[in-house]
Amino acid sequence: MSHSTVPRTSTEAGTPEKTPVASGDATGAREKPPAGKLSFRHRFRRDRVLVLMTLPTVLLVLVFNYLPILGNVVAFQEYDPYISDNGIISMLNSPFVGLENFQRIFEDSAFWNAVENTLVLFFVQLVLFFPIPILLALLINSVVRPRVRAVAQAVLYLPHFFSWVLVIAVFQQMFGGAGMLSQLLRENGYDGLDIMTNPGTFPFLLTAESVWKDAGWGIIVFLAALASVSPDHYEAAAMDGAGRWRRMWHVTLPALRPVIALLLVLRVGDALTVGFEQILLQRDAVGPGAGEVLDTFVWWNGVRNQDFGYAAAAGLIKGVVSIGLVLAANKVAHLMGEQGVYKK
Amino acid sequence: MTAVIDKPANKPRPWAAPPRPAWEEEPSRAGLAGKGIALSFACLAILFPLWIVIVTSLSSRKTIDEAGGLVLVPKGITFIAYRELLSGGQVTRAAIISVLVTLVGTLFSMAVSVLCAYGLSRSGTLGHRWILMTLLATMFFSAGLIPTYLLVQSLGLMDSYLALILPSAISVFNILVLRGFFMGISQELIDSARIDGAGDFRILRQIVMPLSRAVLAVITLFYAVGYWSAWFNASLYLNDQDMMPLQNVMIQLVQKQEAPVGLGQAIKTGQLSGLAVQMAVMVMALLPVAVLSPFVQRHFKKGMLTGAVKG
Repeated sequence: MSHSTVPRTSTEAGTPEKTPVASGDATGAREKPPAGKLSFRHRFRRDRVLVLMTLPTVLLVLVFNYLPILGNVVAFQEYDPYISDNGIISMLNSPFVGLENFQRIFEDSAFWNAVENTLVLFFVQLVLFFPIPILLALLINSVVRPRVRAVAQAVLYLPHFFSWVLVIAVFQQMFGGAGMLSQLLRENGYDGLDIMTNPGTFPFLLTAESVWKDAGWGIIVFLAALASVSPDHYEAAAMDGAGRWRRMWHVTLPALRPVIALLLVLRVGDALTVGFEQILLQRDAVGPGAGEVLDTFVWWNGVRNQDFGYAAAAGLIKGVVSIGLVLAANKVAHLMGEQGVYKK
Repeated sequence: MTAVIDKPANKPRPWAAPPRPAWEEEPSRAGLAGKGIALSFACLAILFPLWIVIVTSLSSRKTIDEAGGLVLVPKGITFIAYRELLSGGQVTRAAIISVLVTLVGTLFSMAVSVLCAYGLSRSGTLGHRWILMTLLATMFFSAGLIPTYLLVQSLGLMDSYLALILPSAISVFNILVLRGFFMGISQELIDSARIDGAGDFRILRQIVMPLSRAVLAVITLFYAVGYWSAWFNASLYLNDQDMMPLQNVMIQLVQKQEAPVGLGQAIKTGQLSGLAVQMAVMVMALLPVAVLSPFVQRHFKKGMLTGAVKG
């Protein structure tokens, strides 16, 4: 048993105990009581090095992910950044104003404009972006020549590693006022066309950029799901007379269902985050009317206008609604019989 | 990775189609053509803009003026734009800063992440569940931009390169991927090393890490690309224009169409084309990732899935 050649994957094997350091015999672990029954001191002595190893990460997370939660206090303050260079001292000396910031936000038409833009973008991206990686994965999966597959994958993955600055620069060189498209139009006697500054088509421009950058990368998880389908299923379906398309409908797509559900849940849970860096880089080109979303609204009011309390309040609203969305999306997934992000 | 089910008996011919199983019908000509066109279109949509950017960056002012802007077909190659940009000055400095931040940041992120992933990879250890929960929870909330900004300011990190590294040093997702991979390494192997007297650090260095080269390569690439591509933290936490990394300089040069500091005159009167300069900066930003990522590509699926599924 202890010489089994099958590598033990700990999750599948339940919770195998770690061999105590003191034990000089690998099989000895099994006769010891389960980890939970050892005394704290014993477990600490045994595991202290492992716990120590996680310490730098835990510290970073506590400082940069958990500690700032307290900073949301400024949402209830009229925060004055000029009191001190140190945010904490300014925070301690700024007056509390109750829910005034929130009241102002709900009366601010710019806020509701940002909400509307965020939701429109979410739906446009969901409808136009989401299916593309699935279709691309089916396409790649149907390519049987290994070299063609590898080359196509290398090309499709590439833009995922480009920065948003670069992606937008590329789009500007193609579709901007001095870009390739305008150049072609002018050479043929038409007027140039600047798509990069057109507010009306902004959601579609953003979606096109996202597709260019990340649709290829999105196929990985679908390809993995496709690779896990046993060829026997296809063979059995073919024996039963199912043609190419019926096999795709009855074998391939059901295999993708859990992955699609999981990604949909993740996407809906993250609905209020629609690409902060990407939009911030282009906000000024199209103007805040079309280019302001919730995240850039927070940035503009806080970082640019130094109205920190107001911006923090807007950020807090977004954060709280987002957590609600994650929980709700998971609930729906569970009701539909899918696993969702976390288990029940 | 491979779709090959029945290995061909003769020498492997990677460009050729492997034999199909007997039950599968031969593809129709129209189907093959359609697939070929769709795939070529997808690849060209990615490669064509990159081609134009690279060719234009290597073109002389004369070629660019003749083409009326962007150059499709190269007519002679000149490195004048690169020479000007890399002979000291704004872009040279920004490129050096980006390289250094990426190197130091990636090293730091990898060290911290690998340690944490190994520390959490042996289930049943003390506090294991609590630590994991603490990390996992961060994937579902964000403290918000303003509180994070105020914290970084309070820590005295403004105008410091630490502000580009510490707040975004770890990705919980990356740690989970590493942990998932480490968990697959057999307990017997680790136990036997322990019996031979190796401590946890030594086991990590001499057994776990050498067995995990694939996933280490993938995660290193992820972290490095993250640092290389980052611009927002620099715009938020750095005020000094001379400290800006390459991405931020690219925003100025390409998006805002400004001339690089010190090269304005050369662009107005001389041989240097402003467009070629813009394109050269873009090539500098894309070259490192374009060169490195294909090498790591074959590990993507393996690396991504082992961790993501076991989260």
